[in-house]
Amino acid sequence: MLIWLPIGAGLAVLLLGDRNIVAGRWLALAASVATLALSVPLWSSFDTATAALQFPEKLPWIPRFDAWYALGVDGISLPLIVLTAFMTVPVVIAGWRVIETRPAQYYAAFLIMEGLMIGVFSATDALLFYFFWEAMLIPMFLIIGIWGGPRRVYATIKFFLYTFLGSVFMLAALIYMYVKGGSYAIASLQALPLTLIEQRWIFLALLLAFAVKVPMFPVHTWLPDAHVEAPTGGSVILAAIMLKMGGYGFLRFSLPVTPDASRELDLLVIALSLIAVIYIGFVALVQQDMKKLIAYSSIAHMGFVTLGAFVIYEIVRNTGSLQGAGMGLDGAMVQMVSHGLISGALFLCVGVLYDRVHSRQIADYGGVVNTMPVFAAFMVLFALANTGLPGTSGFVGEFLVIIASFRASFWYSALAAVTLVLGAAYTLWLVKRVIFGPVTSPRVAALEDLNGREYIVLTALALAVLMVGVWPAPLLKVMQPTIQHLVSQAIATKL
Amino acid sequence: MSWFSLAPAVPEIFLAAGICVILLVEVFAGERHRGLTPTLTLLALAVGAGLTVRYGHVTQRTVLFDGMYVADELGFALKLAAFLFVAVALLYSRAYLEQRSILRGEYYVLALTALLGIFVLVSANNLLTVYLGVELLALSVYAMVAFDRDSGIAAESAMKYFVLGAVASGALLYGMSLIYGLTGTLDLGQIAARLQAPFSPGVILGLTFIVVAVAFKLGAVPFHMWLPDVYEGAPTSVTLFIGTAPKIAYFALTLRLLTQGLAGTEPQWSQMLAALAVMTLIVGNVVAIVQTNLKRLLAYSTIANVGFIVLGFVAGTPDGYAAALYYTLVYVLVALGSFGVILLASAKGFEADQLEDYKGLYRRDPLLALAMMALMFSTAGVPPLVGFWAKLRIFQALWETNHLWLVVIAAAMSVVGAYYYLRVIKLMYFDEPAAQLPPTRAAAGVRLALGLNAAAVLLLGVLPGPLLDLCARLIR
Repeated sequence: MLIWLPIGAGLAVLLLGDRNIVAGRWLALAASVATLALSVPLWSSFDTATAALQFPEKLPWIPRFDAWYALGVDGISLPLIVLTAFMTVPVVIAGWRVIETRPAQYYAAFLIMEGLMIGVFSATDALLFYFFWEAMLIPMFLIIGIWGGPRRVYATIKFFLYTFLGSVFMLAALIYMYVKGGSYAIASLQALPLTLIEQRWIFLALLLAFAVKVPMFPVHTWLPDAHVEAPTGGSVILAAIMLKMGGYGFLRFSLPVTPDASRELDLLVIALSLIAVIYIGFVALVQQDMKKLIAYSSIAHMGFVTLGAFVIYEIVRNTGSLQGAGMGLDGAMVQMVSHGLISGALFLCVGVLYDRVHSRQIADYGGVVNTMPVFAAFMVLFALANTGLPGTSGFVGEFLVIIASFRASFWYSALAAVTLVLGAAYTLWLVKRVIFGPVTSPRVAALEDLNGREYIVLTALALAVLMVGVWPAPLLKVMQPTIQHLVSQAIATKL
Repeated sequence: MSWFSLAPAVPEIFLAAGICVILLVEVFAGERHRGLTPTLTLLALAVGAGLTVRYGHVTQRTVLFDGMYVADELGFALKLAAFLFVAVALLYSRAYLEQRSILRGEYYVLALTALLGIFVLVSANNLLTVYLGVELLALSVYAMVAFDRDSGIAAESAMKYFVLGAVASGALLYGMSLIYGLTGTLDLGQIAARLQAPFSPGVILGLTFIVVAVAFKLGAVPFHMWLPDVYEGAPTSVTLFIGTAPKIAYFALTLRLLTQGLAGTEPQWSQMLAALAVMTLIVGNVVAIVQTNLKRLLAYSTIANVGFIVLGFVAGTPDGYAAALYYTLVYVLVALGSFGVILLASAKGFEADQLEDYKGLYRRDPLLALAMMALMFSTAGVPPLVGFWAKLRIFQALWETNHLWLVVIAAAMSVVGAYYYLRVIKLMYFDEPAAQLPPTRAAAGVRLALGLNAAAVLLLGVLPGPLLDLCARLIR
């Protein structure tokens, strides 16, 4: 239901066409709000005592392959589904007056994508998962290519080919497991016995797919291009949701399906994550373009997710503490949700400025606080959240991951903590150069503060960021049983 | 033997009679009533398909005409598909032919004789019948390529096609004669029974020649040289024709000859095909990247797709053949649409075959652009479009037979392939129209057909179950 409502509405908007765009806009907004509203009961009636899949739906799809249209929700998919539904609303609102060319298709693309993303997070059949995962490339390809910036064609083709390359190898791995086990159900893939050599290859194939999506160093290079060229809405969805699909993939597939290979190769992933956290942090420091800076900061923050997911093996090896391992995964999940909110909000902030000045260069700004005080307050809040200020959601995720990695080794946590410094450096320096200082540019002097639409959107996001930051308990509680179950799956051996 | 026992051959019998009638009608009334033959042809195809469904259905393998002809469910389904694909191809072509003043009855008659050749090939159970079908189809198609007699490039490509095709036919005949000489029979079933390992070098030699001929007909590297030139040089309506229905026939040719007649030599031919498939995938996909002519690009894309079909045969299991069948049907459906888009985008004096011509197609004709986008994503193998399942089936068949390296190469090459399909979409959607181009003009009915064509690609992609089941059932 959550999947088909936005897709159906998207098609309806497409049919309404550009001529009836006013109706189309309202329909798009109504559909995205309705989806969000529908996801609320999902949360409230979610049973937090069990790790089993809830709200299952199962219809035969391709009996020949034993592939089912099977959906279900558990503790790691629920927060991401709600996040998806939540973030689409601001995207629809953000494009309200800004998108002038082919607006009907713009809304249709976003709504269809929302449906497909929810599908990715709720599919319990690997073939269905892949179906949604890949289908989503089409609307994103068009969003960047049609409404993007000057180098959009290069960026979008790079984006498509990178992700496609990663996913075909994942597909090959999934088919291999199907041929071996005779089923595409994720649960049976998780239960499928595999030798270490098989696991290694499958792990690497999955790693390629998810690492591109997260993105991890060194396959991250598509992200800055895609982010910079994408329209604001596209950047928001890309940063807030699509990157999470990679992290979700690690938790859903890599850890439980190939636990032994994950244990064996965990240092590889940890090393890549730490490189992402530190090296990319330095790269972010020297960016001249606001969107590029936030894009690099996304890569660094997503490094925490992969670190939190794979450091569990080191924790178990060094201390044997399952609780500590669970903390790493908790941190990874919270970090995903929080990064979704914060990076989405930051991209929206940049969008607000870009709509007025039509420049993303940091040098073109300065002293925005003088002309846009309300906006400046929001921007500073999100920037502080991005640096991991206590009281904001950014703090919770990073803190959990750092504590968890401390149990594994002092050095992991020390290196990971470097990011707190680096993150503060590049984010605050960005704020200093854009928001504060004297007004030097006449264009900045002519700026007008937020309008009602932008105000509502940023307020909602700010509330969400603060809520997760101050009181993360509900979120953690929802995830708890599933994370425990996941830890037991991840450290069990299949040999 | 009663007349009724010939019922399974009703498509061929009806079509042969229909061709004679249409030829006569064309001679006596064609000049005065230009639209008569095309309408009659479509009518004949519809009636033929109807008769086939009514009388031609067989539930089990039936051999007719002293073992020359075999009727089975596979043949029945392939013939129905061929009826449909040829009818749609002719429907798309009409306006194009009219604009170039080559709307003549002979074109339709040739299309029907080619279709008859397809049927013969699909139902062949004897080396002679195989050869008869191959030649009937090939000769009709050579003439169609040269149909626009004022066009130098069409004549050149017809010549090239004919000469190279004759060499391939020679190879086929030579291989057949070796097999005949060593087994003493022309009947495919008998050949299969008499060929026992270990094989004499003569058998392997004959097999090699037959594989070469099959590879030529399919367009597998290194026997693909004719394909891009013919696709580019022929009138687009003819490219559409040769790019679609005959592929079904060549699939049947491969299936009947290699997996039925020469089943015993499977280890040998599957190695040969594996080498061909790898070369085909690499050359087809890589060379397509640099093309500037859409027809030529699609020609190389055809070659790349043939690589996948051949991979299905390499697997050497019924599952692999079913995958190849599915891939062939899906490919033909998509090719029908993509060449159809070229036909619909063309106008009098404007071929619409350069990639440049598609810049900003979205602005000129949203429906065409949308259809083309769906078709391109489908060939690239992106869900929710049907091309994805075709690739998935091939991968599955290869995994089942443990062809690790072929899976890796095929996966890598499908990423390379995605690039040039994306380029077409990029031109249509992201670029501004280059110059003043003639507006696309097509009858509502034809546009509807193209829309249905693209919708079928999406629908079969979302619900792939039935067609997958059908293909698996046809190959048992």
